[in-house]
Amino acid sequence: MRSRRAVIWRWLACAVLLFVVGISLAANFIAPAGYARQYREVADAPPSHQHWLGTDEIGRDRFARVLYGTRISLLLAPAAALLSTLVAALVGGLAGYLGGGWARAAMAVTDLFLSLPWLFLLITVRAVMPLNVSPLVSVMVTFVMLGLLGWTSAARVLCATASSLRGSDFVRQAKASGIRGVRLFWIHVLPNLRPVLYAQFWISIPVFILSEANLGILGLGVAEPLPSWGSLLQELEGLVSVGSEPWKFVPLLLLAVVVTAFQFVLSNQEELAA
Amino acid sequence: MQGLTRQIARHAIALVATVLLGGLLSAVLMRLAPGFDTDEQELDPHLNAASIQVLKQARIEQHNIFRYYFHSLQRAARGDLGTSLSLGQPVSTLLKERAPLTLRLVGLGLLLSWTVAMAFALSAAWLRVSAYDALTTFLSGTLLCLPAAVLALLAVLWRLPEALAIALIVFPRIYRYSRNLLDKAYSQSHILTARAKGVGELRILFWHAIPVAAPQLLAVAGVSVSIAVGAAIPVEAICGQAGIGQLAWQAALARDLPLLTNLTILVTAVTLLANSGADVIGHMLRGQEA
Repeated sequence: MRSRRAVIWRWLACAVLLFVVGISLAANFIAPAGYARQYREVADAPPSHQHWLGTDEIGRDRFARVLYGTRISLLLAPAAALLSTLVAALVGGLAGYLGGGWARAAMAVTDLFLSLPWLFLLITVRAVMPLNVSPLVSVMVTFVMLGLLGWTSAARVLCATASSLRGSDFVRQAKASGIRGVRLFWIHVLPNLRPVLYAQFWISIPVFILSEANLGILGLGVAEPLPSWGSLLQELEGLVSVGSEPWKFVPLLLLAVVVTAFQFVLSNQEELAA
Repeated sequence: MQGLTRQIARHAIALVATVLLGGLLSAVLMRLAPGFDTDEQELDPHLNAASIQVLKQARIEQHNIFRYYFHSLQRAARGDLGTSLSLGQPVSTLLKERAPLTLRLVGLGLLLSWTVAMAFALSAAWLRVSAYDALTTFLSGTLLCLPAAVLALLAVLWRLPEALAIALIVFPRIYRYSRNLLDKAYSQSHILTARAKGVGELRILFWHAIPVAAPQLLAVAGVSVSIAVGAAIPVEAICGQAGIGQLAWQAALARDLPLLTNLTILVTAVTLLANSGADVIGHMLRGQEA
C-alpha cells in the first residue's frame, strides 16, 4: 500500500518536472518579447494582464525572465551533473578498478575536496575565474565549475563499487580468459557501474540547482541580463517584508517545487547510490 | 589504548598532509588565475620606470610556485599570513577580528539545530505515529529544498537571529541522518526481542537504540560542523555580520586570492579537526562497547 502511494507520488513528481521543463522550453512562444526587453514606462510594476508577474526595477517582464531562467537552470544543471558523473566515473571507477596505490591516491585527493565546505570551495574557485565576463561565458563558467567540483562524493561511491566488482567472480573469470586492461574495464566493469552512475547523475541535479541559486544570490553566478533562478532570487534582497510583494516569491516557489519533485523521483535512486 | 594513540596519530598526519596539500593547491590556483603577475599600481602615472621595476622585482618570487609556497609556509610559521589585497590589512589581524563572531554564530546554530533535530528524531522514533513522522519529514524536506541564501534572506525579512538561520540550514541534514540511524537501530533483533519481552519504550530508546546509533551520530556531528561553516557564508553576507563568512564572500567578489586561500586553508583545518575529533570519540565508544 505504502509502495503504491510512493509510486503515485513519483509519477506525479515526474509529471510536474515534465510540465516545468516543457513550459520553459516553450518560453520563446509564450514570452516572445524575451527576457531582456525593457518596458520603461511600467518599471517595478505589480502583476497585470500584460505582465503576469509584474516587472522588475528596470522594467523587464518578470514572467518572461522566470521562464527563461527556469530553462537555463533546468538545462544546465543536468549538463553539469553529466560532467561531474563522467569525472567521478573516470576518477572513482578507474581508481576502484585499479586498486592499491591508485585507489589510495585518488581517494586522498577526493578527501581533500570533501573536507572543504561545498560553498566555500565554490566561491574560492569562482573567485579565481574572471567575474566581469559576458553573460554566456558566466553561465558556462558557473555550470562547468559545478560539474568539475561536484564529482567527489560520487567518486567515493563509484570507487567502492568498482573495488567490489574487481574481486567478483565474473571479473576473475574474464581475466582468466585473457581479457585485461581497458577492454576488461569497458566491457565488464563499466556496464555494472551504470546503475550507480545513473543514480549519481540524478542525485547531482538538485544539488547543482541549489548551488547555482546560492551563487546567484551572492552575486557570483550567472551574469546579467541572462536570468537564472539564482539571479532571479537576488530580487528578494530588496524586499521590506514577506507579504508586501508576494509575486516576487514565484521563482523561489518554482525552485522549491522542482527540487521537491526531484526528491520524490530520486527516492529509490538514493538507496541505489548508497 | 595503543589503538587510540595510533588513531589520533593517523588523523594528525592526515590533517597536516591535507592542509599542506590544500595550501599547494591554493598556490597553484593563484598562479593560474587570470590577472596573475599584474598590478594596478603599475598604471599609476606618478610612478617612474625605476619604481615600476621595483614593483615587478617584488613579484618575481611568485613566478616559481614551489618557491613561493615554501616562502609562504615559512612566513605562516612566524604568524605572517600575508596582506589582504582588497582590504590592505594583515590577514592574521582580519582573522583575529572576525573569527569570534563566526565561532559564536556557528556554535549557537549547531547547538540549536542538534537540539531540535534530536528532539524530532527521538520523538518520531519513540512515538512511531505515521502522521507525526510525515509532518517532521515534510518540514525537513521543505527546508532542504530551499537554498541556504534564501533562508538567510527570510531570516532578515522576519528579523530572526542569524544563528537561527544557520540552525535552519543545518537542521534538516542532521534530522534526516539521525532519523535513519535510529530507524536502523530499531530494526535490530535485540531491540525487537526487548520489545517482545515488554521492556518500556523509553528504556529501549535510551538503553538500546541510542547506544547503537551513537558512533554514527558522532560522525554526523563532525559533518554538521562543515555544513554550518559553509552556511556561515550566505548568512553573514546577507545578514551583514562581519565574520569569516562575510570576509570570504567579500574576498571572492574582490578576487582577493591571498585572503581567500588563507581562509580556505583555515576552514579546511577546522572541518578536518571536527571530523577527526568525532572519529576518535567514535573509536573510543566502540572500544568501550567491545
